[in-house]
Amino acid sequence: MIEISRLCKTFGSNIVLNNLNLTIPEGETKVVIGRSGTGKSVLLKNIIGILKPDSGSVKIGGVEVTSLSEREYNKIRMKMGMVFQGGALFDSMNVAENVAFVLNEFMSLDEKTVRERVAKYLAMVGLQKIEHMMPSQLSGGMKKRVSLARVLCMEPEIIFYDEPTTGVDPITADAINNLIVELSHKLKVTSIVVTHDMSSAYKVADSIAMLYHGQVIAEGTPDAIRHTTHPVVKQFIHGEAQGPITEDENLIFGHIK
Amino acid sequence: MLNYLATFSGGIVFRFFRYLGEITLLLGQTLYLIFVPPFKGSRVLIQAKRVGPGSFLISALVAFFIGMIMALQMAYQMTKLSAEIYIPNVIAVSLTRELAPVLTALIVAGRIGAGITAELGSMTVTEQVEALQAFAVNPVKYLVVPRFLALVLMLPVLTIFADLVGLVGGFIICVFKLSISPPLYFTMVIESLELKDIFTGLFKTIFFGAIIALVGCHQGLNVKSGAEGVGLSTTTSVVVSFILIIMADCLFTTVFYFIFQV
Repeated sequence: MIEISRLCKTFGSNIVLNNLNLTIPEGETKVVIGRSGTGKSVLLKNIIGILKPDSGSVKIGGVEVTSLSEREYNKIRMKMGMVFQGGALFDSMNVAENVAFVLNEFMSLDEKTVRERVAKYLAMVGLQKIEHMMPSQLSGGMKKRVSLARVLCMEPEIIFYDEPTTGVDPITADAINNLIVELSHKLKVTSIVVTHDMSSAYKVADSIAMLYHGQVIAEGTPDAIRHTTHPVVKQFIHGEAQGPITEDENLIFGHIK
Repeated sequence: MLNYLATFSGGIVFRFFRYLGEITLLLGQTLYLIFVPPFKGSRVLIQAKRVGPGSFLISALVAFFIGMIMALQMAYQMTKLSAEIYIPNVIAVSLTRELAPVLTALIVAGRIGAGITAELGSMTVTEQVEALQAFAVNPVKYLVVPRFLALVLMLPVLTIFADLVGLVGGFIICVFKLSISPPLYFTMVIESLELKDIFTGLFKTIFFGAIIALVGCHQGLNVKSGAEGVGLSTTTSVVVSFILIIMADCLFTTVFYFIFQV
């Protein structure tokens, strides 16, 4: 279980997370939606410890991680994996080396075992015989799937997905959604998916939380969110140009309404 | 106007010392992490191959021509004094103490330091550095330590080769243009050189290597925006490395001269 309470993060004068509260029960897939630049990725990076919050608490499995030393945090990180927006594959390594990164870094396994594991996890994400290819030779969708295979190699208890379907065609996006659902059901991993793709959100979520002005303004099952009467959430999920979000931004930026 | 100048120059001085502070912090982290497991020699070896064999040809070529140029420039003055015989001495001492170490360092800063910044910079903007952190891998241990060790170990080796090739360049001019016999050239070189000349030159290159690695890595890991940021950081990396190498050289030369009398 992940419990986030009163989390704050600012960059200069820009308040990105403002007393954010969010709980993700064990084995659940929580989708965090919100406009670009609302701090969804910043939230993930605060949980995984890439960014340090200004204040607030992040508890992972009951352990307060914000006060941990880097070495202690690394022990928690070994149970977590993150699929980055662009894949973040190491471009000096081929696909096999990327997928086997954690195995080579932390475990002393023989070559045959590593090869078998790489093939197993690549097959799990629907990829075969691409071990020798370099990241530059892969399409966007393949990169994301290789990135997921690299995370799966860690056998994590928690997986963070940063915009997993952004920039890929609808068919690949659906394949990635299916993978997220399948992994959640089969491996019982706890997942946080950050996205603004609503069809993806409805498909993979056990529950959806909407981030706005650094806070969670609405939370519920996909059905509850779909039928919400909250004007901000409504405007966002229906993708309307006119509504409280754009009016609010006009106010913030000082434009004439 | 004076106020403006004071504020402007104060800002530059402040930024310079802040930058030095950041580099010093990175040095501290790097030195600490060298002794923290896991120890992956293969990573150092990969980087050492890039620095050493990769830069050998260009540094040797430059040293060769510098040796020739020095001999010719010396000849211009020394013939007036009928002192051509001492040209090998001057070449040997100035090459080993000063020219070979500094020029090799500047070549490596331009070639390897810029490469390090561009590589780490593009890793930073494509979230690969953050991916390392997410996989519980310290980016300084994984990226900076191998590059630091490779440069600190390989720059003295490259300098030794530059010393030798530079002497060959001088040899060609002295023998074929100034009619100094080959045995005499080598005798003059060996007689003029003391071990301390070679060691002071090589000692400096350890620090030059550290400067190139730290500045290159620091610039790469602190790239702020996309492709433009990588380009700017790469340029800054080369410029800062050049300045710091020359400053360090001046410092070492002063220390050697006034304190150790060498």
